[in-house]
Amino acid sequence: MRGLAFDVAHLLAGGLVLMSFLLLYQTRLYALLNTFALQAVVLSLSVAWQAYVQGADHLYVTAVIAFAFKAIVIPIALHRIIIELGIDRDVENVVGVGPTMLAGLALVALSEVVMLRIAGGADVLAREDLAFALSVVLLGLLMMVVRRNAVSMVVGFMSLENGLILAGAGAKGMPLVVEVSVAFSVLVALVVIGVFLFRISERFESIDAEALDSFRERGR
Amino acid sequence: MILDLVFQLLQVMLVILIAPLLTGVVRATKARLTRRRGPPLLQPYRDILRLARKEAIVADSASWLFHHTPYIVFASTWVAASLIPTFATDLLFSWAADLIAIIALLGAGRFFLSLAGLDVGTSFGGLGSSRESLFGALAEPAMIVIVFTLALVAGSTQLSTVAAYMTSDAVGLRVSLGMALVALIIVAIAENGRIPVDNPSTHLELTMVHEAMILEYSGRHLAVIELAAMMKLSLYVSLIICVFFPWGAAIADASVADRVFGAIVYVVKLLTAGVALGAFETSIAKMRVFRVPDFVGGALMLGFLGALLLFVSRTLK
Repeated sequence: MRGLAFDVAHLLAGGLVLMSFLLLYQTRLYALLNTFALQAVVLSLSVAWQAYVQGADHLYVTAVIAFAFKAIVIPIALHRIIIELGIDRDVENVVGVGPTMLAGLALVALSEVVMLRIAGGADVLAREDLAFALSVVLLGLLMMVVRRNAVSMVVGFMSLENGLILAGAGAKGMPLVVEVSVAFSVLVALVVIGVFLFRISERFESIDAEALDSFRERGR
Repeated sequence: MILDLVFQLLQVMLVILIAPLLTGVVRATKARLTRRRGPPLLQPYRDILRLARKEAIVADSASWLFHHTPYIVFASTWVAASLIPTFATDLLFSWAADLIAIIALLGAGRFFLSLAGLDVGTSFGGLGSSRESLFGALAEPAMIVIVFTLALVAGSTQLSTVAAYMTSDAVGLRVSLGMALVALIIVAIAENGRIPVDNPSTHLELTMVHEAMILEYSGRHLAVIELAAMMKLSLYVSLIICVFFPWGAAIADASVADRVFGAIVYVVKLLTAGVALGAFETSIAKMRVFRVPDFVGGALMLGFLGALLLFVSRTLK
């Protein structure tokens, strides 16, 4: 049982990291959103498994919230935003998939090394989850850095938050209130981001973040 | 002792005799799925016999390299294929080479084939060689990383040991193995020039890689190269079967009956894989040449990630 609990947790958390890499790899917006929804499904499975292993019932609630919000509500909302903006058939011009992947691998390695040092005393499952959660967070940040399309940046931000939920589920005794409020704050963030996306596309007739560069200070 | 030798020879003959059948099955599946009748299953055997009887025409500018390359490629592929445990592990010569040696043998074959593509001096040959080197430069490291992952799991690069480990209960559920499997499938598709990477059945200059390199070959040279290519396909399929689906194969000191049963199971698994490959190729479109490095780079990335995750779980336990 012990071995199986570890193996399944490892499998699901590893799958989450893999999904982050798939997000980095996708260039089409629809495929990006579908991968994001899939990552949320894997996340909710992972949290549900933690709930089962730890015997913590409130984690089931977290899993259901993660599934409902991130696998259903947010992808559908982003789909509608994309259609509304008329960019649903765009292929994003991603610069350097190869170097990005290598950077991602370096980040994963970094987070493993850091977490194994820091969380030395913790439970095996918790350490495992923390290491993977940090990788997912860093990969989400990387996604926000390398992408130029604002929708892709939003997806990067949301996948970053998946990592936070994974970390929260792995740590024993995280109160439900915190997790629910995080979930709702992400939803609020989505609303704000949605408004911003429309504003940006109104002003610049594109949601390419490169367009914003011309508004930098010109003094130099 | 004599029996061991018999089984080893059976293995050596099996890999060469079944390779054209596998190719025939893939072609027949593709034909059926596109509602054509297609050639009979045994057509690849007939093609090879027909080519072997024909006169070999060699370009005037060809050097000795051009004459010898078909046999070098054929020999290295055949040796590599016979070293993979197909129906039984721990055969007489299975100590002779591990997975890394098998990759090296295939790499040697690729090296000579690329040189031969350049040798005659036609533009197509050079084009094929340069593309082959481009894909190989990514596929071979990916393969090596996959081997590292397997070696970390099973504790050995010997295929017999790996297969024995995979059938034991110790293996468990591992995400790294899943990644290694996907990566190995991608490498196998790229190395054999199957459809998303290269189309094996066209002579269209925009798509061909392998066909461009061997364009100048004819007669018995071409027969030998074609047979080596078929054997390479069955080699990769056997490798996937041996490492990830070894159930039914005779492990270690099995009885004669077990080994015969293992051989039957192996043939069934190989043909199933052929049908699956045909279905996969029908369902997918050819990729642009310059997107292929991304595709094969994906395999490299998966292999690295698998090995990395494995390090974590090893240091934790």
